[in-house]
Amino acid sequence: MRIPSVLAGLTLAALALAGCGGNSGGAGDAKVPDDPAKVKGDLTYAIWDVNQQPAMQQIVKAFNQKYPDVKVSISLATFDQYFTKLKTQGSSNNLPDVFWMNGPNFQLFASNKQLATLDGLIGAKQVDPANYPKALDDLYTLDGKQYGVPKDYDTIALWYNKKLFADAKVAAPTADWTWNDYKAAAVKLKAALGSKGIWASGDNLGNQSDFYPAMLSNGGYVIKDGKSGYGDPKSIEALQFWSDMVKGGYTPTAAQNAETKSQDRFFDGKAAMMWNGNWVVSAALKSPYKNDFSVVPLPKAPNGGRKTVIHGIANVMSAKTKNPEAAAAFLAFLGGKDAALIQAKAGAANPAYTGTQTDFVNSAPQYNLKTYIEAAEQYSEPYPVSKDTGVWNQLETDDLIAAFGGTKPMSEVGPQVATKMDEALGKEK
Amino acid sequence: MSKDGKWPWVFVLPTFLGVLVFYLWPLVKTLYDSFTETGPFGGATWVGIANYSQLVGDSQVYRAVVNTVVYTAIVLLGIPIAVLFASLLNRPGLKGAMVYRTLFFLPYVAMPTAISLVWRIIYNGEYGVLNQALGVFGIDGPSWITEPWFALIAVALLGLWMSIGFNLIVLSAGLKGIPGELYEAASLDGAGRSQQFRSITVPLLTPSIFFLSVITTIAGFQLFDQLFALLGPTNPVMPKTQSLVFLFYDAAFVGNERGYAAAVAVLILAVVGLLTLFQFRLQRRWVSYD
Repeated sequence: MRIPSVLAGLTLAALALAGCGGNSGGAGDAKVPDDPAKVKGDLTYAIWDVNQQPAMQQIVKAFNQKYPDVKVSISLATFDQYFTKLKTQGSSNNLPDVFWMNGPNFQLFASNKQLATLDGLIGAKQVDPANYPKALDDLYTLDGKQYGVPKDYDTIALWYNKKLFADAKVAAPTADWTWNDYKAAAVKLKAALGSKGIWASGDNLGNQSDFYPAMLSNGGYVIKDGKSGYGDPKSIEALQFWSDMVKGGYTPTAAQNAETKSQDRFFDGKAAMMWNGNWVVSAALKSPYKNDFSVVPLPKAPNGGRKTVIHGIANVMSAKTKNPEAAAAFLAFLGGKDAALIQAKAGAANPAYTGTQTDFVNSAPQYNLKTYIEAAEQYSEPYPVSKDTGVWNQLETDDLIAAFGGTKPMSEVGPQVATKMDEALGKEK
Repeated sequence: MSKDGKWPWVFVLPTFLGVLVFYLWPLVKTLYDSFTETGPFGGATWVGIANYSQLVGDSQVYRAVVNTVVYTAIVLLGIPIAVLFASLLNRPGLKGAMVYRTLFFLPYVAMPTAISLVWRIIYNGEYGVLNQALGVFGIDGPSWITEPWFALIAVALLGLWMSIGFNLIVLSAGLKGIPGELYEAASLDGAGRSQQFRSITVPLLTPSIFFLSVITTIAGFQLFDQLFALLGPTNPVMPKTQSLVFLFYDAAFVGNERGYAAAVAVLILAVVGLLTLFQFRLQRRWVSYD
């Protein structure tokens, strides 16, 4: 009795840690459905956002009115586990037929032949890339072939709590603010509200929401021609701006953000400002203080520059789906105007389909959400990615964000991160 | 065997197939993978011992070994604590023994991740109830889950707390096996409660204690879920508190180096195997099966 349990325990370690095999075959071209009545079969659709699940179910319902013989089951995993799960499914050739993809993971999946191209659908004019912002089409294009149908998009803007600004007798942010105004307001907010445990700038020091926009606004870059931009002096100035905000006690440290998510702080009325994306709208609407918030464009860099990254989820199709016709039909439907309007009206996400964003803006009129649309049209740059983005994203977390507010100046940290990142980029295949 | 014919094998076959497919084959596959460079979706190329040389030169591995050992050592303290509780709970005539047993056992049946998330809130440095409580006594509590050593100890204390229930059940069963006459005889001879505990209870519990120490050590080396859920994967403290299994996870699913991850897995297997062997050798000196 005793010894077998020990052996079981030993092998359990191995079981839990066992790797998976399987090789990838060739990517099949997505096929185009002809007569809707002939399209039959079962599909799995994988997503990661529980807030968007009801809207996705509505889309499936609308799809079934046209294609009654296709049964779509939605599979939800939390974002933290989503890509781990997909990679495991991919190595055993069991990817869901259609699933959400994001920028940092796209090239990894596409270059490993896990995704089907849109050649068939685009050729038959059933998906038209001209319907989506070009930056998003580009994000999901590898070696001249597009693989993803853009689903939604997000840019970054400045959220603030009107009531906290009024309490502190500080003038509310405007579209003309610069980083200096941002910091000056933070100093006043901290003096007035700090003793109540309220943060001036409750930023999460995230790459997409905080330091990518700052670096780009200041004329720096994240990645260019396969080289890291963290050693660039303009990038370093932007990083130093955030580091100083942390050092002054206006912005929580990475450790404090690890304990309490920054957006939770803001929506609990414990922070007066934050840079964040339009994906937080549904969370904002659930806050007890939901009517205190508003949005303005990001503050400008000292040189007058203002940039945000634009990122969006895309719907993609597995290269090895057992039911390519049904999957292609569903993918085309997801990329269409009807699906975009369902998402927008539900306030689930800002749809990528051009001209359908108004409904999203109107889903929360008090927040001035058109700021995000204007940001996309006027001063957005593509989200920085490479073939294996996750590897250097980890460097950003471990080496860069952790150093914000520390004793080492960014002129020292930045180049160190750049060296490591270049090394990681060199290993990409 | 020859006189039993083939039937025993037929009966064993279903279980054996399960073991073969789910235990032995993955073991062999992992061993093979550890000598390859394997991408996120498979596609292995043989690289010899390259992964193992990388392992030896990786300072994170040493840190992870130390962290795992510290964690396991703290969780092992749960055994003596459980021995004490078990003998208190099994005192004849204790009122509400079942209630206590249930309370102690509850953490063991709850999901580790769910428990970790609750403790994450308790440990929170700014708003957590633990620091609020310390504040009543004028102590300014640390940020439990973001300071390197505090974070590791926080994870270990949680592990210890969760282990008590299981330990208690095993030890209670062990206590039931000790004949009551021994205690009667001892008290006739004038031995007090504490001497009975030292001379009868503990020696006769040694088989259970040994079993628990082996199981706890193995479980300790598999530390992952509490660490992941309590501290969170993006916690800046993680590089300093990660366990061996976390290192495996990081290599396999974040770094997309499956071959290296397999080498880490083989290392864990080897360390656990050696420790278990060592414990079995050592048991002759202190475990009594009389």
